[in-house]
Amino acid sequence: MYGWLWRSLPGPLVVRALTAVMLAGATAAFLWFVVFPWIEPRLPLDPAFPER
Amino acid sequence: MTAGVVVLFFCAYLLWGTGSYTARRQAELREGFRAALPAFTAPLAPEIHPARLPAWFRRGDALALLRIPRFGDDYEYAVVEGVGWDELRTGPGHYPGTALPGEVGNFVLSGHRTTYAAPFNRLGELRRGDEIVVETRQAGYVYRVTGERVVDPGQTDVIAPVPGMPGRRPTKAVITLSTCHPEYSAAQRLIVFGELERREDRRG
Repeated sequence: MYGWLWRSLPGPLVVRALTAVMLAGATAAFLWFVVFPWIEPRLPLDPAFPER
Repeated sequence: MTAGVVVLFFCAYLLWGTGSYTARRQAELREGFRAALPAFTAPLAPEIHPARLPAWFRRGDALALLRIPRFGDDYEYAVVEGVGWDELRTGPGHYPGTALPGEVGNFVLSGHRTTYAAPFNRLGELRRGDEIVVETRQAGYVYRVTGERVVDPGQTDVIAPVPGMPGRRPTKAVITLSTCHPEYSAAQRLIVFGELERREDRRG
């Protein structure tokens, strides 16, 4: 998967490396700010209160 | 490989991402609580004993500041009304309907153990006799730890007005702190009990 991604990025090595870093950052931000906050309340993690 | 990295990243989010939300909300709640404090110039009238909530009070508002000296001088959380998911991610929550600080009965608080700044992470370190200080708009209430228990999640008699004895009429003001146990698990609940020792009037 990453090999294909790397090969399909355009430009010289520096441009490709920069694009790859930016893609990784964007993915991380998307996970952190959108996916994780959405998924966290749906998992039974750390319920602090006794059930009623 | 990718899945492993995403899972690790998610764990990091649980520990730090959720905590930064709580830290932000706590700062607002504490500031709002202090700003709304009445400026007393004299001790309160002796007949006003338990805390009272102002008329504008809603679920999610801060009703008190919680300090536990064993956890350090910096340990201070605004306690909000309600124990729903939305409330607990802003800080420790007061079980609606249970006693208010200083009131005869059981003042019940719940808080997260590992996520959302984990206000009750170190509850297990409390020892008999440790102080739990609850500062309300009217006064400071100093409770002392009397014991702790690990219970199953369905065991709700710990939040009865007399803990462990539902239906019994309370004669003492007690406090109950609850969080999940063991850490990173939802299998059981860790409960810490305390009893009101004294009340300190707010002075201007």
